[in-house]
Amino acid sequence: MEAQAIFDMLKGKFGDAVVELQGEGFGPAFVVVSPAEVNAIARFLRDDPALSFDSLMCLSGVDYKERFAVAYHLHSMKHRHAVGVKAFLPREAPSLPTVDDVWPAANFQEREAYDLFGIAFEGSKDLRRILLPEDWEGHPLRKDYKYPDFYHGIKV
Amino acid sequence: MSNDPANGRPPGPDQPPSANPAHGSVPLPATGPEAHVLVGSADLFVNWARKSSLWYLLFATACCGIELMQAGASRYDLDRFGAVFRATPRQSDLMLVAGTITHKMADRVKRLYEQMPEPKYVIAMGSCANTGGPFYKDSYCVVKGVDLLIPVDVYIPGCPPRPEALIDGIMKLQKIIMQKKNYGPKA
Repeated sequence: MEAQAIFDMLKGKFGDAVVELQGEGFGPAFVVVSPAEVNAIARFLRDDPALSFDSLMCLSGVDYKERFAVAYHLHSMKHRHAVGVKAFLPREAPSLPTVDDVWPAANFQEREAYDLFGIAFEGSKDLRRILLPEDWEGHPLRKDYKYPDFYHGIKV
Repeated sequence: MSNDPANGRPPGPDQPPSANPAHGSVPLPATGPEAHVLVGSADLFVNWARKSSLWYLLFATACCGIELMQAGASRYDLDRFGAVFRATPRQSDLMLVAGTITHKMADRVKRLYEQMPEPKYVIAMGSCANTGGPFYKDSYCVVKGVDLLIPVDVYIPGCPPRPEALIDGIMKLQKIIMQKKNYGPKA
C-alpha cells in the first residue's frame, strides 16, 4: 500500500490527530501525527488487516532545535510495505505515550531515546537509562548539551 | 677410559686450562664437586620467572580484542612466551587493556586492576586505550586514555595493532621486568 493511501486511511479513522504527510524526496514517507494519539494509531497500524505493520524497524529521537520529534519506521512482513510515523514534541518536558505494549521491541529503543534525548514515554514498562551510567547528568544528543568537565573524578 | 688423577673426572673439554690453548693463561675455578654451585642474583631468577609466565587478564572491550584473540591462537601463539589468558583477575599478572574504555566501564577497570595480585603490569593496547584514539575529540563517554585510571607500563600504538605489535609489546614488558630490583636496598 502506498503512503498516500495509508495516510488517507489514518485520516479517515483518527481525523485531526493525523496532521500531514511528509514524503518529498525521501522514502518511506512520514505520516505526522499528534503525540497524544501515538499509541492508538500504532495499535491500529499493527492490527488492521490491510496494514498489519508487525515490525517496528526503528524508533528514533530527533532534535530539530526548536522542537523534538520521535520517528517510528514501520514495516509489514505480510504486505511488504513500509511507512514512517512522526510525532513532534515541545522542547520543554517532551513526553508522549509508549508503544512498547504494541511492539515489545520498542522498549530498548524508547530507553535509548530517553537516555540520549530526555524524551519521556508515559506508561513504559521499564524506562531507565540504557547506555549511560545511571548517575549521568543531562542528555548528550541534545543540541544544547554541555559536556561535563569531570565524571567521577576523571576528565571527560 | 681412565680418570684424570687431578680431579677424578674423565678427560674432556673441562680439562685444566693449561691443557686447553683456547683459554690462554686465564685460570678457571676449581672443578671439583664443591664447585657445582649456580651463582646468580635472586633478582635475576625471580624476574626471569615472572617474565616467563605473564598470565594476562582477558579484557577485550572493542576491536583490539579480535587481534588479541588472534595473538593468543595457534598462528601467533602467545603461549610460546608463557603468556596464557586467565578469565579472572586473581590469577593474572598482566592486564591487557584491549579496546575503548567508556566512563561507564572506568569503575570496572579500576576494580579489576585492584583485584589483581602484586606484581601486576598493564599494557594499553591500541589507540583507544592509549589516548582515546578516534574518540579523543568530541566524545562525552570515552575515557581519553586508560592511564587516567591505572598505571600503564607499555603502550602499543595501532588501530588495532597487529598481533606482531602485541607480541613486541609483551617482549618490551619482559625487558622492563628483567630490570626490576626486588631485593636490593630501597632507594
